[in-house]
Amino acid sequence: MSNTNEKAPENLTSIAEVEDAKLAATTEQSKSQSRIVLERFLRHKPAMVSAVVLVLVTLLAFTSIGFGPVPGWWKQSYLDAGSVVNGGKPTFSLLPTWLGGSGIAWGDHPFGQDSVGKDYFALVMNGTQKSIIIGVVVGLVGTFLGAVIGAVAGYFRGWVDEVLMRITDLFIVIPLLVLAAVLGQIAGRGSTSIIALAVVLGLVTWTGLARLVRGEILSLREREYVSAAQAMGSRTSRVIFKHLLPNTIGVIVVNATFAIAGAILLESSLSFLGFGVQQPESSLGLLISQYQNAFLTRPWLFWWPGMTIVVIALAVNFLGDGLRDAFDPRQTGKRRRRRAGLFAMPTRKEKP
Amino acid sequence: MLKFILKRLGSAVGVLFAASLLLYVLVINSGDPLGDLRESNAKNREYLMQQRIDYMNLEQPWYLRYITWLGGVGRCFVGSCDLGKNVNGIEVTGLLANAASSTLRLVLLATIIAAILGIAIGVLTAVRQYSGLDYLVTFLTFLFFSLPVFWAAVLLKEYMAIGYNNWLEDPQISIGTSILIGVVVGLALQMLLAGSLKRRGLTFIITAVFVPLLLQYSVWLNFYRYPQMGPAILVVLTLLLALSATAMTVGLKEKKVLYPALITVVLVLGMYYATFWLLQDANTWLLVIGGALAVAVPALIGKFMGGRLSKAAASVSALVGFVGAGLTVLDHIFRAWPGFLDLKGRPIATIGSSTANLGGGYWDSFLDNATQLLLPTIVLAIISLASYSRYTRSSMLEVQQQDYIRTARSKGLSERTVIFRHAFRNALIPIATIAAFDFAGLIGGAVVTETVFGWKGMGDLFITGLHAIDPAPVMAFFLVTGTAAVLFNLLADIVYALLDPRIRV
Repeated sequence: MSNTNEKAPENLTSIAEVEDAKLAATTEQSKSQSRIVLERFLRHKPAMVSAVVLVLVTLLAFTSIGFGPVPGWWKQSYLDAGSVVNGGKPTFSLLPTWLGGSGIAWGDHPFGQDSVGKDYFALVMNGTQKSIIIGVVVGLVGTFLGAVIGAVAGYFRGWVDEVLMRITDLFIVIPLLVLAAVLGQIAGRGSTSIIALAVVLGLVTWTGLARLVRGEILSLREREYVSAAQAMGSRTSRVIFKHLLPNTIGVIVVNATFAIAGAILLESSLSFLGFGVQQPESSLGLLISQYQNAFLTRPWLFWWPGMTIVVIALAVNFLGDGLRDAFDPRQTGKRRRRRAGLFAMPTRKEKP
Repeated sequence: MLKFILKRLGSAVGVLFAASLLLYVLVINSGDPLGDLRESNAKNREYLMQQRIDYMNLEQPWYLRYITWLGGVGRCFVGSCDLGKNVNGIEVTGLLANAASSTLRLVLLATIIAAILGIAIGVLTAVRQYSGLDYLVTFLTFLFFSLPVFWAAVLLKEYMAIGYNNWLEDPQISIGTSILIGVVVGLALQMLLAGSLKRRGLTFIITAVFVPLLLQYSVWLNFYRYPQMGPAILVVLTLLLALSATAMTVGLKEKKVLYPALITVVLVLGMYYATFWLLQDANTWLLVIGGALAVAVPALIGKFMGGRLSKAAASVSALVGFVGAGLTVLDHIFRAWPGFLDLKGRPIATIGSSTANLGGGYWDSFLDNATQLLLPTIVLAIISLASYSRYTRSSMLEVQQQDYIRTARSKGLSERTVIFRHAFRNALIPIATIAAFDFAGLIGGAVVTETVFGWKGMGDLFITGLHAIDPAPVMAFFLVTGTAAVLFNLLADIVYALLDPRIRV
């Protein structure tokens, strides 16, 4: 085992020592897996733009009208009716005066007013808050359930797997929109809280992730480090949560992101059909369905909430796309060589 | 294989049974079916309540009601379904038949269009990965994924339908608008056709000049109220198709494919004159039989003339024959259009599935159905199209990395053969299963789309049922969608195993 590398010191005897010495001589830091993923993610331009947009929208929604007891900087409340100014037209304008617009102006009612003079900016911001909360809660509940059920089914196999997967099939066989509508109606009658609705939606949107995680775990559980952990006498819960689930974090995170976008769209569809968020609570979907008949007279009542949904869902989907590329182990180098396969796609949770 | 199918069917029946029980319990517990009557002031309130209790068997405990329902479903196997009565005492079986046929009409066309276009776009963007076209399409698919369906549908109704109807009163296109359209189409086309900078520039200039001229000419002809095509344009279009289809599959040098395609073009022209009077007052059967013949006869010609390329020749000729027949029908539709406008002044409808008391001949009701279908089909197709193109793209990219593609390239095969013969056919395998899922999902109805467009289909059955806390229509809806989901899932697995020899079941 003489050294073949001339730069390596003479007195080393094993290949491992030579490699160690070479590594120590280089200035390049070796990177941890999470560091590599983070760097790839930060290089993904659409995802970065989306992240900025998402943070801005969230900040705007939560600081403008305030959240809970904390007051916001926006002076009008979404509850107060007032006098309708100029037919309730939006005062927000970006068109400069020399093009016939009224200059860059924010105005008293940037998004206009509805027919009883409520400030529409405050209403939309309130709806945005609620939609974001619903999306995040559904994403968390669905992801937690999906990951745990998938992991348990994949780890134990046998009859546990059989039972859990048949339950998953049960939820897949009933169309999601149907199940969500029925449960939404029940939740809506019990209370008007959006959290109740969000938790209920989370209870029905875990199936896809459960199948994916189960597949991953089925292959991971055959690895040596799992046998090692079992041989050392680790508890089953520790093997699952410490050793197995962290290795499926890519699938879980990517799916959680797409689940949030899907949940926001699902909520808006449900509210539109009348099975989702109930008055006096509000959400973007409910705003659209409340004001859809006003389209001809006050089109802005229709445009603003719809555009907000599109912007949020689009940003979240691009974020998920960036995460998927970042977690894809097959990626090397600076240029994205190829996309991940079919393992995660932005999905519409409800059928059109 | 048979054992696998039986096992899957067995577990599917169990899952369906459990799901139906779950849904039934959930639906009857989702509210008070007599709620609206309790609050009403009608004089015969007691009678109405008693009547509804009778219709829905409300005096029985829930498990008896479920068993009664299940027994009714069980009788489907002996040919006399009984899915119960809805709140108004109407037999759900009859309602379901109407709703299913209406939804099928809505969904079938949208699925076919979405699959064909989506797969084509997916292949194109995969072949030109990281091009401007790829980025544009990627952005658009993400946009479509993020679009609330009802919002997009209402926008289409307000801008496209009503805008078009208003415009059609006096179809004019100003010079400025037509130049703008020309520039946009030119930009899109140069992106689509790609190639060297010179070729792209040339494509752009030619289109940007040609399209505005064409638009102005069509306005001068008053084409939008009095469209016409005639045999000359029919022949030119089918000829172009024959040439490009041959070039795409085997190349223009292969006379064994080119000649049957050209013969089909001549046949199409002959049939145009032969069927001219017959098609003046057509009926559906005539169109179906004609369409079948227009595929079968050219396919036979291609098969006999094609020699070693008989497969390619048959499919190219069949395609030309089919499109030629379609264009012939289009010519007759054009002829019927002015008369149709007299019957229905604002053609593109925003609500319902047909116009009442329209009158007119076969082509008028044909056009009426088509204009009613237009908007919901666009909405459904756009959203399915996004997922098809996305899946096809990633599937194509996956396949293009395989060793057998490198082998095919290094053998010296042309890029066309590599893409269409080796890559595309393998990339289609996962798409076949996705198409099965997608169709199963869509049968369940485009619940939201149906609501926006006032379409009395499966979705309507479900929504009105759920609002009234009426289990019978909701369960009828589930029976169809659940069975479809289970069957198409099974079908997808079987198709996958048949197409991909690596899969063993």
